Amino acid sequence: MVVHLWNLLDLVLAGLVVALGWSAVASSDLKRGVVLFIAFGLLLAIIWARLNAPDLALAEAAIGAGLSGALLLAALRDEPASVGDTGFTQGPVAWATAVFSLVVAVSFAWALLHAHAAGDPIRLADEVIAHLEQSGVSNPVTAVLLNYRAYDTLLELAVLLAAVLGIMAVGPARPTYKPAGPLFGALVTWLVPLLIVTGGYLLWVGAHAPGGAFQAGALLAAAAVLLRLGGYPGAGLPGSLVQRWLLVSGVGVFITVGLLVTVEGRAFLQYSHGWSGMLILLIEIAATLAIATTLALAYIGGRALSSQHDRPEQ
Amino acid sequence: MLATDLIYSFAGVALFALGLRAALLHRTLLGRVLSINICGAGIFLVFVALAYRGHDLAPDAVPHALVLTGIVVAVSATALALALGRRLHEAGDE
Repeated sequence: MVVHLWNLLDLVLAGLVVALGWSAVASSDLKRGVVLFIAFGLLLAIIWARLNAPDLALAEAAIGAGLSGALLLAALRDEPASVGDTGFTQGPVAWATAVFSLVVAVSFAWALLHAHAAGDPIRLADEVIAHLEQSGVSNPVTAVLLNYRAYDTLLELAVLLAAVLGIMAVGPARPTYKPAGPLFGALVTWLVPLLIVTGGYLLWVGAHAPGGAFQAGALLAAAAVLLRLGGYPGAGLPGSLVQRWLLVSGVGVFITVGLLVTVEGRAFLQYSHGWSGMLILLIEIAATLAIATTLALAYIGGRALSSQHDRPEQ
Repeated sequence: MLATDLIYSFAGVALFALGLRAALLHRTLLGRVLSINICGAGIFLVFVALAYRGHDLAPDAVPHALVLTGIVVAVSATALALALGRRLHEAGDE
Protein backbone atom coordinates (compact mmCIF):
# COMPACT_ATOMS: atom_id res chain seq x y z
CA MET A 1 0.00 0.00 0.00
CA VAL A 2 1.33 3.41 -1.00
CA VAL A 3 1.46 5.72 2.00
CA HIS A 4 2.34 9.39 1.63
CA LEU A 5 3.06 12.20 4.06
CA TRP A 6 -0.22 13.80 2.92
CA ASN A 7 -2.05 10.88 4.51
CA LEU A 8 -1.52 12.49 7.92
CA LEU A 9 -3.65 15.40 6.74
CA ASP A 10 -6.09 12.89 5.27
CA LEU A 11 -6.50 11.17 8.62
CA VAL A 12 -7.25 14.49 10.27
CA LEU A 13 -9.74 15.54 7.57
CA ALA A 14 -11.46 12.17 7.51
CA GLY A 15 -11.72 12.09 11.30
CA LEU A 16 -13.09 15.64 11.37
CA VAL A 17 -15.71 14.98 8.71
CA VAL A 18 -16.97 11.86 10.46
CA ALA A 19 -17.07 13.73 13.78
CA LEU A 20 -19.00 16.63 12.22
CA GLY A 21 -21.42 14.26 10.50
CA TRP A 22 -21.99 12.42 13.75
CA SER A 23 -22.59 15.58 15.76
CA ALA A 24 -24.95 16.98 13.14
CA VAL A 25 -27.38 14.10 13.60
CA ALA A 26 -26.60 12.85 17.09
CA SER A 27 -28.46 15.48 19.02
CA SER A 28 -32.18 15.97 18.68
CA ASP A 29 -31.75 19.75 18.72
CA LEU A 30 -32.25 20.33 15.02
CA LYS A 31 -31.16 23.96 14.91
CA ARG A 32 -27.73 22.86 16.11
CA GLY A 33 -27.85 19.96 13.68
CA VAL A 34 -28.52 22.17 10.66
CA VAL A 35 -25.71 24.59 11.49
CA LEU A 36 -23.30 21.69 11.97
CA PHE A 37 -24.54 20.25 8.65
CA ILE A 38 -23.51 23.47 6.87
CA ALA A 39 -20.05 23.22 8.44
CA PHE A 40 -19.95 19.55 7.42
CA GLY A 41 -20.69 20.55 3.83
CA LEU A 42 -17.86 23.06 3.78
CA LEU A 43 -15.39 20.53 5.18
CA LEU A 44 -16.55 18.08 2.53
CA ALA A 45 -15.82 20.74 -0.11
CA ILE A 46 -12.26 20.99 1.23
CA ILE A 47 -11.95 17.19 1.01
CA TRP A 48 -13.12 17.26 -2.61
CA ALA A 49 -10.41 19.82 -3.34
CA ARG A 50 -7.86 17.56 -1.63
CA LEU A 51 -9.00 14.62 -3.81
CA ASN A 52 -8.40 16.56 -7.07
CA ALA A 53 -12.10 17.22 -7.64
CA PRO A 54 -12.36 21.04 -7.98
CA ASP A 55 -15.67 20.91 -9.88
CA LEU A 56 -17.17 18.95 -7.02
CA ALA A 57 -15.68 21.31 -4.44
CA LEU A 58 -17.40 24.27 -6.14
CA ALA A 59 -20.69 22.39 -6.42
CA GLU A 60 -20.59 21.08 -2.85
CA ALA A 61 -19.84 24.49 -1.35
CA ALA A 62 -22.60 26.18 -3.38
CA ILE A 63 -25.27 23.47 -3.46
CA GLY A 64 -24.42 20.90 -0.80
CA ALA A 65 -23.53 23.27 2.01
CA GLY A 66 -25.03 26.57 0.85
CA LEU A 67 -28.39 25.83 -0.73
CA SER A 68 -29.14 22.69 1.29
CA GLY A 69 -28.32 24.60 4.47
CA ALA A 70 -30.53 27.51 3.42
CA LEU A 71 -33.40 25.13 2.64
CA LEU A 72 -33.07 23.36 5.98
CA LEU A 73 -32.95 26.67 7.86
CA ALA A 74 -36.07 27.85 6.02
CA ALA A 75 -37.76 24.56 6.96
CA LEU A 76 -36.82 25.13 10.61
CA ARG A 77 -38.51 28.49 10.40
CA ASP A 78 -41.65 26.81 8.97
CA GLU A 79 -42.00 24.38 11.83
CA PRO A 80 -40.91 25.95 15.10
CA ALA A 81 -41.89 22.74 16.87
CA SER A 82 -38.78 21.16 15.36
CA VAL A 83 -36.57 23.56 17.25
CA GLY A 84 -35.60 22.36 20.67
CA ASP A 85 -35.65 18.86 22.02
CA THR A 86 -37.80 16.63 19.84
CA GLY A 87 -36.35 13.41 21.12
CA PHE A 88 -35.06 10.25 19.52
CA THR A 89 -36.74 6.91 19.61
CA GLN A 90 -35.39 5.26 22.74
CA GLY A 91 -35.19 1.81 24.19
CA PRO A 92 -34.55 -1.59 22.56
CA VAL A 93 -35.48 -0.26 19.10
CA ALA A 94 -32.62 2.22 19.35
CA TRP A 95 -30.17 -0.54 20.25
CA ALA A 96 -31.41 -2.78 17.44
CA THR A 97 -30.99 0.08 14.97
CA ALA A 98 -27.46 0.75 16.17
CA VAL A 99 -26.56 -2.93 15.75
CA PHE A 100 -28.14 -2.98 12.29
CA SER A 101 -26.14 0.09 11.21
CA LEU A 102 -22.98 -1.48 12.57
CA VAL A 103 -23.62 -4.66 10.55
CA VAL A 104 -24.24 -2.57 7.40
CA ALA A 105 -21.03 -0.59 8.01
CA VAL A 106 -18.92 -3.69 8.59
CA SER A 107 -20.18 -5.47 5.47
CA PHE A 108 -19.72 -2.33 3.37
CA ALA A 109 -16.18 -1.87 4.70
CA TRP A 110 -15.37 -5.54 4.10
CA ALA A 111 -16.55 -5.25 0.49
CA LEU A 112 -14.44 -2.11 0.01
CA LEU A 113 -11.39 -3.81 1.47
CA HIS A 114 -11.78 -6.64 -1.02
CA ALA A 115 -12.22 -4.14 -3.83
CA HIS A 116 -9.00 -2.41 -2.81
CA ALA A 117 -7.10 -5.67 -2.54
CA ALA A 118 -8.31 -6.79 -5.95
CA GLY A 119 -5.94 -4.39 -7.65
CA ASP A 120 -6.44 -1.80 -10.38
CA PRO A 121 -10.03 -1.56 -11.55
CA ILE A 122 -11.15 -1.25 -15.16
CA ARG A 123 -11.55 2.49 -15.65
CA LEU A 124 -12.93 4.70 -18.37
CA ALA A 125 -10.66 7.55 -17.27
CA ASP A 126 -8.05 7.10 -20.00
CA GLU A 127 -10.66 6.78 -22.73
CA VAL A 128 -12.27 10.01 -21.51
CA ILE A 129 -8.96 11.83 -21.84
CA ALA A 130 -8.11 10.19 -25.14
CA HIS A 131 -11.27 11.45 -26.85
CA LEU A 132 -11.24 14.87 -25.19
CA GLU A 133 -10.33 16.89 -28.30
CA GLN A 134 -13.31 15.54 -30.21
CA SER A 135 -15.68 16.25 -27.35
CA GLY A 136 -15.68 20.02 -27.85
CA VAL A 137 -14.51 20.96 -24.35
CA SER A 138 -11.25 20.45 -22.49
CA ASN A 139 -12.59 19.97 -18.96
CA PRO A 140 -13.04 16.19 -18.61
CA VAL A 141 -15.92 16.46 -16.11
CA THR A 142 -17.86 18.78 -18.45
CA ALA A 143 -17.10 16.42 -21.33
CA VAL A 144 -18.51 13.46 -19.38
CA LEU A 145 -21.57 15.41 -18.21
CA LEU A 146 -22.54 17.08 -21.46
CA ASN A 147 -21.12 14.85 -24.15
CA TYR A 148 -20.32 11.26 -23.22
CA ARG A 149 -23.14 10.96 -20.66
CA ALA A 150 -25.36 13.75 -21.93
CA TYR A 151 -28.43 11.54 -21.65
CA ASP A 152 -27.90 11.19 -17.89
CA THR A 153 -27.70 14.97 -17.55
CA LEU A 154 -30.89 15.34 -19.56
CA LEU A 155 -32.67 13.00 -17.17
CA GLU A 156 -31.18 14.86 -14.21
CA LEU A 157 -32.66 18.13 -15.50
CA ALA A 158 -35.97 16.32 -15.87
CA VAL A 159 -35.73 15.22 -12.21
CA LEU A 160 -35.12 18.86 -11.21
CA LEU A 161 -38.17 19.91 -13.21
CA ALA A 162 -40.29 17.22 -11.56
CA ALA A 163 -39.13 18.32 -8.11
CA VAL A 164 -39.95 21.98 -8.71
CA LEU A 165 -43.35 21.08 -10.17
CA GLY A 166 -44.03 19.09 -7.02
CA ILE A 167 -42.94 22.00 -4.82
CA MET A 168 -45.10 24.46 -6.71
CA ALA A 169 -48.10 22.17 -6.74
CA VAL A 170 -48.01 21.47 -3.04
CA GLY A 171 -48.70 24.92 -1.67
CA PRO A 172 -48.06 28.64 -1.52
CA ALA A 173 -44.73 30.31 -0.96
CA ARG A 174 -43.10 30.56 2.45
CA PRO A 175 -43.69 33.78 4.41
CA THR A 176 -41.49 36.67 3.39
CA TYR A 177 -38.89 38.51 5.44
CA LYS A 178 -39.00 42.15 6.48
CA PRO A 179 -36.96 44.61 4.36
CA ALA A 180 -33.24 44.59 5.12
CA GLY A 181 -31.66 47.14 7.43
CA PRO A 182 -28.83 49.38 6.22
CA LEU A 183 -26.00 46.93 6.89
CA PHE A 184 -27.58 43.85 5.37
CA GLY A 185 -29.04 45.97 2.55
CA ALA A 186 -25.56 47.16 1.64
CA LEU A 187 -24.30 43.58 1.67
CA VAL A 188 -27.11 42.51 -0.67
CA THR A 189 -26.40 45.46 -2.98
CA TRP A 190 -22.75 44.42 -3.25
CA LEU A 191 -23.09 40.65 -3.33
CA VAL A 192 -25.94 40.10 -5.81
CA PRO A 193 -24.24 41.68 -8.87
CA LEU A 194 -20.98 39.96 -7.91
CA LEU A 195 -22.76 36.59 -7.72
CA ILE A 196 -24.40 37.11 -11.10
CA VAL A 197 -21.12 38.03 -12.78
CA THR A 198 -19.28 35.13 -11.12
CA GLY A 199 -22.06 32.78 -12.17
CA GLY A 200 -21.71 33.90 -15.76
CA TYR A 201 -17.95 33.46 -15.53
CA LEU A 202 -18.23 29.93 -14.14
CA LEU A 203 -20.62 29.01 -16.95
CA TRP A 204 -18.15 30.22 -19.57
CA VAL A 205 -15.02 28.83 -17.98
CA GLY A 206 -16.56 25.40 -17.40
CA ALA A 207 -15.50 24.36 -20.87
CA HIS A 208 -11.79 24.42 -20.06
CA ALA A 209 -11.43 24.76 -16.28
CA PRO A 210 -13.41 23.71 -13.18
CA GLY A 211 -16.88 25.16 -13.41
CA GLY A 212 -19.95 24.58 -15.51
CA ALA A 213 -23.70 24.90 -15.65
CA PHE A 214 -24.52 23.46 -12.22
CA GLN A 215 -22.11 25.63 -10.28
CA ALA A 216 -23.20 28.74 -12.22
CA GLY A 217 -26.88 27.95 -11.66
CA ALA A 218 -26.23 27.48 -7.95
CA LEU A 219 -24.56 30.90 -7.69
CA LEU A 220 -27.50 32.58 -9.39
CA ALA A 221 -29.86 30.76 -7.04
CA ALA A 222 -27.73 32.00 -4.13
CA ALA A 223 -28.26 35.55 -5.38
CA ALA A 224 -32.02 34.89 -5.38
CA VAL A 225 -31.84 33.52 -1.81
CA LEU A 226 -29.97 36.67 -0.72
CA LEU A 227 -32.59 38.88 -2.32
CA ARG A 228 -35.37 36.96 -0.60
CA LEU A 229 -33.64 37.25 2.77
CA GLY A 230 -33.20 40.96 2.12
CA GLY A 231 -36.94 41.41 1.91
CA TYR A 232 -37.70 41.14 -1.80
CA PRO A 233 -40.59 38.65 -2.00
CA GLY A 234 -40.03 37.92 -5.69
CA ALA A 235 -36.35 37.11 -5.04
CA GLY A 236 -35.37 38.89 -8.24
CA LEU A 237 -37.10 36.28 -10.39
CA PRO A 238 -39.06 37.41 -13.47
CA GLY A 239 -42.84 37.15 -13.71
CA SER A 240 -44.52 33.77 -13.47
CA LEU A 241 -44.93 33.22 -17.22
CA VAL A 242 -41.21 33.85 -17.87
CA GLN A 243 -40.39 31.62 -14.90
CA ARG A 244 -42.28 28.72 -16.45
CA TRP A 245 -40.45 29.15 -19.74
CA LEU A 246 -37.11 29.24 -17.91
CA LEU A 247 -37.95 26.10 -15.97
CA VAL A 248 -38.90 24.20 -19.09
CA SER A 249 -36.02 25.56 -21.19
CA GLY A 250 -33.42 23.37 -19.46
CA VAL A 251 -34.97 20.11 -20.59
CA GLY A 252 -36.50 21.72 -23.68
CA VAL A 253 -33.30 23.04 -25.25
CA PHE A 254 -31.53 19.78 -24.44
CA ILE A 255 -34.17 17.67 -26.20
CA THR A 256 -34.40 20.11 -29.12
CA VAL A 257 -30.65 20.02 -29.71
CA GLY A 258 -30.68 16.25 -29.37
CA LEU A 259 -33.45 15.92 -31.94
CA LEU A 260 -32.02 18.49 -34.37
CA VAL A 261 -28.73 16.61 -34.72
CA THR A 262 -30.68 13.52 -35.80
CA VAL A 263 -31.60 15.37 -39.00
CA GLU A 264 -28.25 14.33 -40.49
CA GLY A 265 -28.95 10.70 -39.72
CA ARG A 266 -27.07 10.67 -36.38
CA ALA A 267 -28.29 9.21 -33.13
CA PHE A 268 -30.15 11.30 -30.53
CA LEU A 269 -27.67 13.71 -28.88
CA GLN A 270 -24.80 12.61 -31.12
CA TYR A 271 -23.34 16.07 -31.77
CA SER A 272 -22.04 16.89 -35.26
CA HIS A 273 -18.28 17.20 -35.72
CA GLY A 274 -16.94 20.66 -35.00
CA TRP A 275 -20.24 21.78 -33.52
CA SER A 276 -19.89 20.02 -30.15
CA GLY A 277 -18.43 23.02 -28.31
CA MET A 278 -21.15 25.39 -29.48
CA LEU A 279 -23.97 22.94 -28.82
CA ILE A 280 -22.63 22.19 -25.33
CA LEU A 281 -22.46 25.92 -24.57
CA LEU A 282 -26.03 26.41 -25.80
CA ILE A 283 -27.30 23.56 -23.65
CA GLU A 284 -25.33 24.84 -20.64
CA ILE A 285 -26.80 28.35 -20.91
CA ALA A 286 -30.35 27.00 -20.89
CA ALA A 287 -29.46 24.55 -18.10
CA THR A 288 -27.93 27.30 -15.93
CA LEU A 289 -31.06 29.44 -16.14
CA ALA A 290 -33.31 26.45 -15.50
CA ILE A 291 -31.25 25.28 -12.50
CA ALA A 292 -31.12 28.79 -11.04
CA THR A 293 -34.89 29.24 -11.36
CA THR A 294 -35.55 25.75 -9.98
CA LEU A 295 -33.39 26.20 -6.89
CA ALA A 296 -34.71 29.72 -6.28
CA LEU A 297 -38.30 28.48 -6.48
CA ALA A 298 -37.40 25.58 -4.20
CA TYR A 299 -36.16 28.09 -1.63
CA ILE A 300 -39.23 30.31 -2.03
CA GLY A 301 -41.19 27.18 -1.29
CA GLY A 302 -44.09 27.31 -3.69
CA ARG A 303 -46.29 29.41 -5.87
CA ALA A 304 -46.03 33.08 -4.93
CA LEU A 305 -49.34 34.82 -4.40
CA SER A 306 -49.97 37.38 -7.15
CA SER A 307 -49.72 40.27 -4.70
CA GLN A 308 -46.16 39.25 -3.94
CA HIS A 309 -44.87 39.74 -7.48
CA ASP A 310 -43.30 42.83 -8.90
CA ARG A 311 -45.28 42.32 -12.06
CA PRO A 312 -48.97 41.32 -12.22
CA GLU A 313 -49.86 37.68 -13.05
CA GLN A 314 -50.37 36.99 -16.73
CA MET B 1 -2.97 0.70 -3.60
CA LEU B 2 -3.29 4.18 -2.19
CA ALA B 3 -3.80 4.77 1.50
CA THR B 4 -5.76 7.91 0.61
CA ASP B 5 -8.45 5.80 -1.06
CA LEU B 6 -8.73 3.59 1.99
CA ILE B 7 -8.93 6.41 4.52
CA TYR B 8 -11.62 8.35 2.70
CA SER B 9 -13.72 5.37 1.63
CA PHE B 10 -13.81 4.12 5.23
CA ALA B 11 -14.83 7.62 6.33
CA GLY B 12 -17.61 7.43 3.73
CA VAL B 13 -18.78 4.08 5.10
CA ALA B 14 -18.80 5.50 8.64
CA LEU B 15 -20.85 8.50 7.52
CA PHE B 16 -23.32 6.23 5.73
CA ALA B 17 -23.82 4.06 8.79
CA LEU B 18 -24.15 7.05 11.14
CA GLY B 19 -26.65 8.71 8.80
CA LEU B 20 -28.63 5.46 8.47
CA ARG B 21 -28.89 5.02 12.24
CA ALA B 22 -29.95 8.65 12.73
CA ALA B 23 -32.48 8.46 9.87
CA LEU B 24 -34.15 5.49 11.54
CA LEU B 25 -34.18 7.05 14.99
CA HIS B 26 -35.13 10.72 14.43
CA ARG B 27 -38.74 11.54 15.13
CA THR B 28 -39.20 14.60 12.91
CA LEU B 29 -39.13 14.74 9.11
CA LEU B 30 -36.45 17.43 9.18
CA GLY B 31 -34.17 15.22 11.26
CA ARG B 32 -34.63 12.31 8.89
CA VAL B 33 -33.98 14.47 5.80
CA LEU B 34 -30.81 15.78 7.45
CA SER B 35 -29.62 12.24 8.21
CA ILE B 36 -30.30 10.97 4.70
CA ASN B 37 -28.27 13.88 3.35
CA ILE B 38 -25.40 12.70 5.54
CA CYS B 39 -25.85 9.17 4.13
CA GLY B 40 -25.65 10.60 0.64
CA ALA B 41 -22.50 12.54 1.48
CA GLY B 42 -20.93 9.29 2.72
CA ILE B 43 -21.68 7.54 -0.57
CA PHE B 44 -20.23 10.47 -2.54
CA LEU B 45 -17.10 10.25 -0.42
CA VAL B 46 -16.69 6.57 -1.35
CA PHE B 47 -17.13 7.39 -5.06
CA VAL B 48 -14.63 10.23 -5.11
CA ALA B 49 -12.12 8.30 -3.01
CA LEU B 50 -12.21 5.49 -5.56
CA ALA B 51 -11.80 8.03 -8.40
CA TYR B 52 -8.58 9.41 -6.91
CA ARG B 53 -5.52 8.08 -8.69
CA GLY B 54 -2.69 9.81 -6.87
CA HIS B 55 -0.73 13.03 -7.21
CA ASP B 56 0.59 12.40 -10.73
CA LEU B 57 -2.34 10.98 -12.64
CA ALA B 58 -5.46 13.01 -13.43
CA PRO B 59 -8.44 11.73 -11.46
CA ASP B 60 -11.14 9.58 -13.05
CA ALA B 61 -13.74 12.04 -14.38
CA VAL B 62 -16.65 9.61 -14.68
CA PRO B 63 -17.31 9.16 -10.91
CA HIS B 64 -16.89 12.92 -10.52
CA ALA B 65 -19.68 13.53 -13.02
CA LEU B 66 -21.87 10.95 -11.28
CA VAL B 67 -21.33 12.61 -7.90
CA LEU B 68 -22.06 16.06 -9.35
CA THR B 69 -25.36 14.73 -10.67
CA GLY B 70 -25.95 13.17 -7.27
CA ILE B 71 -25.37 16.41 -5.37
CA VAL B 72 -27.88 18.30 -7.51
CA VAL B 73 -30.51 15.54 -7.35
CA ALA B 74 -30.02 15.31 -3.57
CA VAL B 75 -30.74 19.00 -3.06
CA SER B 76 -33.85 18.89 -5.24
CA ALA B 77 -35.14 15.80 -3.43
CA THR B 78 -34.46 17.53 -0.09
CA ALA B 79 -36.40 20.59 -1.26
CA LEU B 80 -39.38 18.47 -2.33
CA ALA B 81 -39.35 16.48 0.92
CA LEU B 82 -39.29 19.68 2.97
CA ALA B 83 -42.15 21.20 0.95
CA LEU B 84 -44.23 18.06 1.46
CA GLY B 85 -43.36 18.07 5.16
CA ARG B 86 -44.48 21.66 5.49
CA ARG B 87 -47.80 20.83 3.81
CA LEU B 88 -48.30 17.84 6.11
CA HIS B 89 -47.51 20.00 9.12
CA GLU B 90 -50.07 22.59 8.02
CA ALA B 91 -52.64 19.87 7.46
CA GLY B 92 -52.15 18.77 11.05
CA ASP B 93 -50.20 15.54 10.46
CA GLU B 94 -46.46 14.82 10.75
